[in-house]
Amino acid sequence: MRRRSLFAAAATTFGTTAFAAGCGSPPKPTTASSKGGAERGRITYGVWDVYQMPAMEKAAREFERTRPGVSVDVQLTPNATYWTKLRTACSGGSAPDVFWMNGPNFGLYADNGQLLPLETEGPEAILDPADFPPDLAKLYRWKGTQYGAPKDFDTVALWFNKELFDRAGVDHPDDSWTWQDLITSAQRLTDRRRGVYGVGAPVRAQENYYNSIPQAGGWVLSKDRTESGYADPQTLDGLQLWIDMIHRYRASPTLQQLTDTDATQMFQAGKLAMTYECSYNAAVFWADPALRGKVDVAPLPRGKRRASVIHGLANVVYARTPHPKLARDFVRFLSSRRGALLQAKGTAIPARNGTQQPWVDSMPKFDLKVHLDAVDYAVPYPISTNTAAWSHKELQLLSRAWSGDESLADVSRSLTKAMNQLLAQEGKA
Amino acid sequence: MSVDVEATAAAKPASPPPSEGAARSASSQRALRKRERRFLHRDKWWGYALIAPAGLGLAVFYLWPVLQTLYFSFTEWGPFGGTSWIGLENYRTMLHDPEVWQSLGNSLIYTVLVLLGIPVSMVLAVLLNLKGMRGTGFYRTLYFLPVVTMPAAVAVVWRWLYNGDVGILNQALDAIGVDGTYWVSDPGVVRFAVAAVGVWMTVGYNMILLLAGLQGIPQDYYEAASLDGAGRVRQFFSVTLPLLSPTLFFTTVLSVIQSLQVFDLIYMILGANTSVGVTNPAYSEGQTIVMLFFQKSFYDNQRAYGAAIVCVLFVLIMALTALQFRLQKRWVHYD
Repeated sequence: MRRRSLFAAAATTFGTTAFAAGCGSPPKPTTASSKGGAERGRITYGVWDVYQMPAMEKAAREFERTRPGVSVDVQLTPNATYWTKLRTACSGGSAPDVFWMNGPNFGLYADNGQLLPLETEGPEAILDPADFPPDLAKLYRWKGTQYGAPKDFDTVALWFNKELFDRAGVDHPDDSWTWQDLITSAQRLTDRRRGVYGVGAPVRAQENYYNSIPQAGGWVLSKDRTESGYADPQTLDGLQLWIDMIHRYRASPTLQQLTDTDATQMFQAGKLAMTYECSYNAAVFWADPALRGKVDVAPLPRGKRRASVIHGLANVVYARTPHPKLARDFVRFLSSRRGALLQAKGTAIPARNGTQQPWVDSMPKFDLKVHLDAVDYAVPYPISTNTAAWSHKELQLLSRAWSGDESLADVSRSLTKAMNQLLAQEGKA
Repeated sequence: MSVDVEATAAAKPASPPPSEGAARSASSQRALRKRERRFLHRDKWWGYALIAPAGLGLAVFYLWPVLQTLYFSFTEWGPFGGTSWIGLENYRTMLHDPEVWQSLGNSLIYTVLVLLGIPVSMVLAVLLNLKGMRGTGFYRTLYFLPVVTMPAAVAVVWRWLYNGDVGILNQALDAIGVDGTYWVSDPGVVRFAVAAVGVWMTVGYNMILLLAGLQGIPQDYYEAASLDGAGRVRQFFSVTLPLLSPTLFFTTVLSVIQSLQVFDLIYMILGANTSVGVTNPAYSEGQTIVMLFFQKSFYDNQRAYGAAIVCVLFVLIMALTALQFRLQKRWVHYD
């Protein structure tokens, strides 16, 4: 793939054992570069979002300008293959020096010593966690060590189609809305003759039930990441909302319909009056001129309490990078105010406090402030070491309750058991 | 392949080589044989040298990974490498994993359903082989087109055709007063829906093979049969079918192997590559064994378990193919 990979692969054979032994303690940078002489060289930056490519390229060029003799190569791998490729590259010692990380995958990489720690204090500090929303900085902390510098974040809010609301004579959603308002309005907005439904109730974690569960006072994963919360009756209340929306209130398309055409697509086609969406979809709606004037956004309706799940990406440094210092300097730059502002007009909200206004201003017809306000009542995204394993089970089993094939009580039992088993396996490893 | 070659060879009348031996003296014959042997001996090494590149590629990119996969199926494999030997543990887990049994069953059902496409291909091949049929080239191309189309593209198109609310299939059914269903998310029909696409995709390939087999049957047999007073139907069952049996055997063996390995087509028709993912309510009824392998290996970070799954699939395919070769003695005629 790259010239370095051959060399790195050879080095790996000798390095792995030593590295595996030193997993827990942060490995010291091995470069001989003195403090005065700035390091030169070429580093690679792995990303997956084609829409954010221009902003990432701009940041890379900006960094190169401040560091003569340094070049940054931004490498795009589509999301579908990003993780498979990255895991293989990490095993082979040829992963990019700096790359994007997300919550569900972070635990696996941090726990297996694939990432370099990032200093948060002292003169060499890469980032100050206080500069970022607390739940976001905490997401990339593993066993007391910071491994990721938050890059951007997304919160969830209620997107709605003004035209459908006005036609049905229903008041637009606002700050005061509760679940009850959501239910009654969704019912009034449903017009089966035209194939229009009040709200979408797909089996989506981040957009849907990771919000309604904490709103109902429930939880997905215990704080020590060893226990599933799917046996808690309050957690089930958070799930029941969506199941009822389909089967009891009949205000959402069925899961079968949402399998054929996903909720976001239905919303874009004017067949859904309301949908829970992540902030990154704002840019998608904005890009569609037919939709731009028709839709807007409101805070999530509250249940027992207010809540919106927060998730975001981070920049991380590969543990076996040949340029640990340079890579960390690049991450420091990306996390700086200037680095954050460079991507502010892109699709994602920059993570650094005080750099979000340009994102809000870039789509003036949308009330995007609600996505920022959500940070105040945000709940962290639930992750453990091998999040992928149980989140797969979660989706698979919950969809049985959504489709009505099994009762929620039965699903809750089997999901709790399966999830606790997988979590126990993590503990052993 | 060899089956096919045998079939055509059998169809040709064998003629004995002309004998020239009598004209030659015994000594010159001995010298010739010696030279021949030496030449053949040298030739052998040339042969090996010439197949070395292909053989090496096969060994490095095929045999070695196969052996490695077999080895890994007896290990526990960390997400970033690092294996430890656990013996038969993965296989023991499989025995108690309902998902393995269900997806294995799904794959077998799919295979049986796709095999039903062979009679269809047979009928098409016979029709296209009829004398005086017009536009055979056009129809041949038409039926063969799906074969040369990417399964991914086929899957995307069929996903739209099958869409419950806006799909053209349900609109057509609506027009004749029939209520359609959600074809790819109804657990009761999903297997038939994907198998229909599977048949549609393979019918052209089987048809071309069978057509070649049909054209290898000498016309004399039909003439003889009609002289004996055999009608069209009798000719089909007494002449065409037995003489076509080697080709039929070949297509069944290939269909079984390919159907058991099906992945991308069904993966994408179910929408597993989209945000829908595994939340399709018919996912467990549609998931094939290779899809499960993919899920376990590349999403759940259980690559060694995935290796065990494909090893079982490999053995299953071997066993089914061996069984077919054993059974062929009962119904395949080579002369």
